[in-house]
Amino acid sequence: MSNILQLSDKHSLSVERLTMAFPHNDRVLVALQSVTLEVERGELVCIVGASGSGKSTLLNILAGLDEPTAGRAHVHGRVALMFQEEALLPWLTAAGNVELALELRGVKRSERTEAVHELLHRVHLDGFERRLPHELSGGMKQRVALARALAQDADVLLMDEPFGALDAITRDRLHEELERIWSETGLTILFVTHNAREAVRLGDRVLVFTSRPGRVGYEVKVDLARPRSLDSPELAVIAGRITDRLKQEMSGHNNGN
Amino acid sequence: MATELAAGLSAREVVETTARWPGRRPLLRVWSLSWPKLAAIALVLAAWQLLVWSEWKPDYVLPGPGPVFRRLAQDLGNANFDLGIAITLRRAVFGYGIAVAIGSVAGILIARITMLRRAIGSAILGLQSMPSIVWFPLAILLFGLNETAIFFVVVLGAAPSIAGGLLSGVDHVQPLLVRVGRVMGARGMSLYRYVILPAALPSFVGGLKQGWAFAWRSLMAGEIIGIVSHQVGIGQQIQVARDFADAEQLVAIIVVIFVIGVVIDSLFGILDREIRRRWGLLGAEA
Repeated sequence: MSNILQLSDKHSLSVERLTMAFPHNDRVLVALQSVTLEVERGELVCIVGASGSGKSTLLNILAGLDEPTAGRAHVHGRVALMFQEEALLPWLTAAGNVELALELRGVKRSERTEAVHELLHRVHLDGFERRLPHELSGGMKQRVALARALAQDADVLLMDEPFGALDAITRDRLHEELERIWSETGLTILFVTHNAREAVRLGDRVLVFTSRPGRVGYEVKVDLARPRSLDSPELAVIAGRITDRLKQEMSGHNNGN
Repeated sequence: MATELAAGLSAREVVETTARWPGRRPLLRVWSLSWPKLAAIALVLAAWQLLVWSEWKPDYVLPGPGPVFRRLAQDLGNANFDLGIAITLRRAVFGYGIAVAIGSVAGILIARITMLRRAIGSAILGLQSMPSIVWFPLAILLFGLNETAIFFVVVLGAAPSIAGGLLSGVDHVQPLLVRVGRVMGARGMSLYRYVILPAALPSFVGGLKQGWAFAWRSLMAGEIIGIVSHQVGIGQQIQVARDFADAEQLVAIIVVIFVIGVVIDSLFGILDREIRRRWGLLGAEA
């Protein structure tokens, strides 16, 4: 913490005493309170928390979409953000959505077609280039969104409950693919979810957020070998502990009200 | 879910199976779309004929469908009549074109500039509900009895609807899409070009359609008032027909005006449907 230069070598993302408050019905709603966290380069970190724990707010600040009330958020390099659902531009085809990310990044027209092809291939959507978003299933849409995020050639990929609305089998497949892409590209990923199992399935570390105000409650280092199975007993034990803590914390919160 | 699984395993197979989805037979489709319209036309003609047979008014005031359509067939072979239609359509296209240009630019400026919006955002709505015929006396004072006066009123009638459609489209763009654009690095004008304006297109087309209706009404009002006497459009021909108590001619022209309105309206309908289909706003039936 004391040496910023040293941090910038090793860390891809750092958040320091970050606070975010909104005005809400004449009151002030504190979404994040003094959140401090760091993510190393190439690390896959999951944030798990109940709704209202300010997880999305944190990602929005990191993506540069919102300004924090206080504190600092710093990302080294380019950042991409993948949303929960229905975030494709509906008038563009799968290929068009991916291509727009390339175009806005300044990739030359002659190079874009090939790059789009390659990106859609990477998420196993060969042959779906010309489909419009409403002609794709939920899982395919999220594959396109993932390809589009990859097209931004970011160093840090922020994911805001990207698979939250998908069925279990689809989600399982996408976990595998995300893990594969992550290990191929060396991306740094910060993955937000409300599902403790999903967090333990994917994360090197899991940060558990408390609710209202959101802050990092505690951290779990996941040492299970990859690839992990959602159904493995070891994973279930860790996830169970996290869920218990979340429940405890939520009921405490409710009693407090 | 099955599709999703298959997508991972073999995308091409899925494409092939869905590509051969059996569609409805085209002839049947045309028939199912057109018979209610044909029935409506038949009903109107029948009612009209019955009214004539009832001898409510003498037939030199209210002619029946037969004489009117015979007259219309004659008229369409008459070069002067066709020229009148051409003159009117040329005025409509030109005036509407100006209105589209002005309405679009005004819409974007008002959407972009908060002060401008506070100042005249609600005035745009007020202008939309102004009956455009009230502008004609002023237009004649300002520009004299010529086409400029007509264009002035056509633009005042149509541009507010076009600006309003664009404005409401911009207002109702999903905030999520704007965030998506910003995450991809679109700012300012590029955000407008790549995200906001395409997202606003369905509503803009709605504004274009409404704008056309206002332009067409304004133009007819202007022509009937007889602003430009040396170039006779169909609006003026109606007036001439009335002056000569030529009811057959009068009703024949009304039919022409109606048909032009229906044709252009259905063109907008096709455009509107096509955009909604592409934007995924039609739901399962698309």
